[in-house]
Amino acid sequence: MKFTVERDVLAEAVTWTARSLPSRPSIPVLAGVRLEATSTGTLALSSFDYEVSAVSEITAEVTEPGTVLVSGRLLAEISRSLPSRPVEIVVEGTRAVLTCGSSRFTLLTMPLEDYPALPALPPASGTIDAHAFAEAVSQVTIAASRDETLPLLTGVRLEIEGDTLTLLATDRYRLAMREVAWNPATPGLSATALVRARTLSEVAKSLTSAGALSISLPSGSGSEIVGFEAGGRRTTSLLVDGDYPPVRRLFPESTTSHAVVATQSLVEAARRVALVAERNTPIRLEFSEGQVVLEAGQGEDAQASEAIESTFDGETITTAYNPGYLLDALGAVGKEFTRISFTHGTKPSVITGQTAVDSTEDSGFRYLIQPIRFAG
Amino acid sequence: MFDTARVVDLGQDDSASPILHVDMDAFFASVELADHPGLRGRPLIVGGQERGVVLAATYEARAFGIRSGMPMAMARVRCPSAVVLPPRQDVYRRVSARVMAILGDITPVMQQLSVDEAFLDVSGARRRLGAPREIGAMIRTRIRDELGLAASVGIAPTMFVSKIASTRAKPDGMLVVPADSAVAFLHQLDVSALWGVGESTRAKLAETGIHTIADLAHTPPATLRARLGVASAARLHDLAWGRDPRRVTPTRTERSISAEHTFAVDTSDQAELARAMLGQAHTVARRLREAGLLTRGVAIKVRMSDFTTLTRSRRLDAPSDLAREIYRAAVALLAGVTIQRGGVRLIGVRADDLAPAASTAVQSLLGEDDTQQRALESVLDDVVRRFPGSATIAASLLTSPEERPDVRARERAGEV
Repeated sequence: MKFTVERDVLAEAVTWTARSLPSRPSIPVLAGVRLEATSTGTLALSSFDYEVSAVSEITAEVTEPGTVLVSGRLLAEISRSLPSRPVEIVVEGTRAVLTCGSSRFTLLTMPLEDYPALPALPPASGTIDAHAFAEAVSQVTIAASRDETLPLLTGVRLEIEGDTLTLLATDRYRLAMREVAWNPATPGLSATALVRARTLSEVAKSLTSAGALSISLPSGSGSEIVGFEAGGRRTTSLLVDGDYPPVRRLFPESTTSHAVVATQSLVEAARRVALVAERNTPIRLEFSEGQVVLEAGQGEDAQASEAIESTFDGETITTAYNPGYLLDALGAVGKEFTRISFTHGTKPSVITGQTAVDSTEDSGFRYLIQPIRFAG
Repeated sequence: MFDTARVVDLGQDDSASPILHVDMDAFFASVELADHPGLRGRPLIVGGQERGVVLAATYEARAFGIRSGMPMAMARVRCPSAVVLPPRQDVYRRVSARVMAILGDITPVMQQLSVDEAFLDVSGARRRLGAPREIGAMIRTRIRDELGLAASVGIAPTMFVSKIASTRAKPDGMLVVPADSAVAFLHQLDVSALWGVGESTRAKLAETGIHTIADLAHTPPATLRARLGVASAARLHDLAWGRDPRRVTPTRTERSISAEHTFAVDTSDQAELARAMLGQAHTVARRLREAGLLTRGVAIKVRMSDFTTLTRSRRLDAPSDLAREIYRAAVALLAGVTIQRGGVRLIGVRADDLAPAASTAVQSLLGEDDTQQRALESVLDDVVRRFPGSATIAASLLTSPEERPDVRARERAGEV
């Protein structure tokens, strides 16, 4: 096996392929990246840890086709630090020799016969603009649980109904939901999948180089993986097991009052006031005509308050949130103005965005947040 | 001569007087008397034999003018017939721990001031134990019955008034200061009754013609400031009007509330174990609510038939005082315990990491409104309070069909 490849192309491909390699793999070969050079002039780099697989295909000048397995972490570090010159890799017996300019590395190879076969990418269910997908994923993953004892809630639920893709995530204290248009491969397609938020987030961010991203969802025929493909990169992931709770119904059918606030002013005020909110303590918001007053701290502790302009229709309402949950929502709204809708100060509030103070709300992104209460 | 303050009729309205100050009467001396009943009726002093000072004196000895802190030599001169015993601090500490345990049974909102006195805020214990006056009487009875000692109790709306009240109640008495009499009660007293008024402050005040707390209360703040400085003036003026912002602050921060059960016969029946824990979860939750506390952690204790004992604990998602949440956590913990072949001898549920409910923020779950559960469990509290010893009636606690009200109702209706 012998091939030559551009340093930048190699470094980028290895880094992406090796991104999720385990540092302490259950079996040693899983720490490897498999390189397969074909006579058609492509080099395929792949990794797999039985949960997530990744394949990246790049163009290479292949002198002698072949396959080799080397340490992914080491190859990634080496290729990132090489000078900007063509890189040649030659396999000699049980060693792979990498030469770049006057640098030369000899890497041990790992037994290919022990390496598991990668799952095949299921047929594409449809495509979506990669940037729109990355934005949608970033908007919902904030609400996913990080508690590994609740594996179900560490996932993002993907739901497809025709040309609408819905993403949902919740840690039981807040719920983020984003609806985004996509192009189904077959009209009227209906499918769901639950993907680990961390995996989905990495995938979405790293597949934005190409315009369109193709997504393969399980079609109910026993396949338990989800696949993504864009620009010569494809990755699959096992689904998170279990039945996702019917969380959509948590959104109230109607709300009785709402406030519209300039998103940036609210972010800044909330950040300032939250400085005195110690761990687990809330930031209180009192909405009345023309303003919202933010307060935090109580009793003998440090206290802060700030009033900012807000529209409000309804009876004065006081509520309290975990400041982190509120700021997560405001950071995800992505619009100049934020609308907070209420049914009651102790019931969940709905946060949405809108482009102008007097425009209608954009319900593409909705965030449900459970207020904090005092039991006493 | 000690009874003069007790004749003041302040009324019996204790509805806004939840603070109890419990003070043991002549503590060290009383402990010695309990151990040496033959000395009852004689003047008794506890203190250093030769050159020490008086640590405690019985009321019989005090009648001779003997006071705590007085040099022993002077005490012997005043009352040559007094019996002097050397102090036995170990014994006093042990008895003190038993006194505090009795108080801790009343409410965890207890602040121990010293070996022989403590404040209690019984606001949260009212539902279970009754009015503050009844609680005060119960404390005095228990201390007398179980330890053979006398305790005086002051009951008032604030900490410092309750402390004054217990002093006025001595010996072996109880004084209730209703909220609307607190100022009148204070105003009749000498300024030295106020905390922080020692001999020098008292002298300064006397120069200005201030002798009673009423005088102090009606002195213009500017005059007080000139005499005492800004901070003291403001504090004493507040106290003179019965204003005391301090709260009874439990002195121990690491507290827990637990319930345990030893089975008559060792068992490995999961249903029986779970049933025991359900009852314990209700007991623990009720005590949390009575104390106005929330728990952030739940632990279980499992003792096997061979006495090996395991504890397992976990944090709750949100602080809670609900049996449902405590039980859920306890059952999940039990699922992780391998029950040995001989079975379980004892099982227990403990609420760890407690925090006052009034100031603890609770991030509840989306769409999970626990108002109903809270209302339900409060009803159970009432039942237990009205019918002491009755089961907390979670249906699965009722073991046989005869015990289940639904079955009984059907029997009555002739369906069974």
